[in-house]
Amino acid sequence: MARLSIIVVERDRERALKIVDGLVASGDHLVTVIAEETGLARRIAEQKPDIVLIDVANPSRDVLEELALVSGPMERPVAMFVDRSDEQMTRAAIEAGVSAYVVDGLQPERIKPILDAAIARFHMFQKMRAELAATKAALEDRKIIDRAKAILMKARGIDEEAAYALLRKTAMDQKRRMADIAQQLVMAAGLLS
Amino acid sequence: MTHQTLRLGYVPLIDAAPLIVAQELGFAAEEGLTFDMIRLQSWAQSRDMLGTGGVDAAHMLVPMPIAQALGLGPAYPAFDLVMVLSQGGQAIAISAALERALRDVGHDFAFDNPVAARDSLALVAGGRLRVGVPFPFSTHAVLVRHWLQASPMAAGLTIHTVPPPRMAEALATGEVDAFCVGEPWASYAVETASGALLLAGRSIWGAPPEKGLVLTRDFAERQPELTGRLMRAVWRTCRWLDQPGNRGTAAEIVSRPEYLNLPPELSERGLLSRLHINAQGETRASQDFIRFHADGTNFPWRSLAAFFAQRIAVNHGVDPGSAMAKAMGTFRTDLYRQHLRSAGADLPGASSRVEGTMVHPTAVASEKGQMILCPDAFFDGMTFEPPFAEG
Repeated sequence: MARLSIIVVERDRERALKIVDGLVASGDHLVTVIAEETGLARRIAEQKPDIVLIDVANPSRDVLEELALVSGPMERPVAMFVDRSDEQMTRAAIEAGVSAYVVDGLQPERIKPILDAAIARFHMFQKMRAELAATKAALEDRKIIDRAKAILMKARGIDEEAAYALLRKTAMDQKRRMADIAQQLVMAAGLLS
Repeated sequence: MTHQTLRLGYVPLIDAAPLIVAQELGFAAEEGLTFDMIRLQSWAQSRDMLGTGGVDAAHMLVPMPIAQALGLGPAYPAFDLVMVLSQGGQAIAISAALERALRDVGHDFAFDNPVAARDSLALVAGGRLRVGVPFPFSTHAVLVRHWLQASPMAAGLTIHTVPPPRMAEALATGEVDAFCVGEPWASYAVETASGALLLAGRSIWGAPPEKGLVLTRDFAERQPELTGRLMRAVWRTCRWLDQPGNRGTAAEIVSRPEYLNLPPELSERGLLSRLHINAQGETRASQDFIRFHADGTNFPWRSLAAFFAQRIAVNHGVDPGSAMAKAMGTFRTDLYRQHLRSAGADLPGASSRVEGTMVHPTAVASEKGQMILCPDAFFDGMTFEPPFAEG
């Protein structure tokens, strides 16, 4: 069976490498990365890939949509949407954040391991992004709590520990997050000063 | 009425204003709604988000739900267009090289004369013209094909999908010779000196519907109450957007970092119908460059669905008869009537019409007596009548 030719459209080098690693581990494929969006349609058409993988949110996706549609009756389609019959696979891919364009007539059993590998990588990216967002949010929370503590220490002449305890108790009494109470305090202090 | 949050997908363009402003100025809140606005990067992503339940409703190119109904996309639940959000707003831009050549043959860049623009272009384009549009299924593609179909350039015309934020670059690097796109991306190309504006979309077709509010049929039918609240909030925002004096505020709101993230000066041009046509700052006033509400803009005429379906069918080898029948079912004039009557929308007696017949604003029979429809003529006098009665 001939090796499948896969194109990954991804500008971020590190992400591209991770996707390639995942694909290569899933079988003996020829994987090419296109990082450049200029002339994307031409580059892809020249390589006649079996499968193209691209981030769901990549603005250049609409170029692939066109490639999937334009092939005339006489030519082999450059790429088609994932087999229309396999709605579940399409959905799983989109939810993971990857969209796949697959050449017409490629057997589903050859597509599946590749898509599974891509989905796994994109899930990993999603997790990393969510973790990053959570870390950032936690940092923001800590900053606002620190500011609220400073305000309390100054206004009531208490030490840091007591200020923290006061914030915590208020949050518990009001059934709110400490960061929310701190936010309100900082805002009120801003109005009063 | 319990307060509900709806996730709305939009692509950052000035014509996303009906959804953005609805959230920001309280039209959504008035219906007990919060719009969780989800910024999307491509039309394919918008379709996929709606198709897989990632958003409840989306701001979409009017022909997109039709293409889905014709099977020209992934297998998703059926989409319906419940109202038109905007009309016009498209501009055709050409490369700096073509601009110079056109000036040399004495073209006046009036911005509103498709015949002069087409014929001058035929003199200088050398028989080949590559035109960028944002998506294969777009009003832009229909406008460009219609504009040039009777030109000697028709044989050498190729249409290419280019993501709007890349349009200026594609023009500057010679990937395309011209493009047709929605604002602010035409003005962006002017601002970066990549090209000059040649024509407003509205000069080719008097009433080109551009974006629609699209839901899955399942959502629209299973959640009629919520669908009605969504439609009324957006419809009232559209009305506000077309009241005099509000567009400057709208430009400021849509330009904010969380939405278009652009200088308001750029978003304002299309919204105020005052475009700079080249980097030297030459301006053209283009009457009603974009409309959100006035003169029957929001009504999803089934004849429009048939018109787009016929165009798509011809280009994609689908049987036009069945394509038109399928398409007409996706433009939900029934839901429009049901949900917007109570908001005070005037409703035309018919749901389908002959497209392209009105050269002047025209009064037609409506539920309240009479309503005025805006001119919808094509520049070459073409008309289109769907082959079916409305049913």
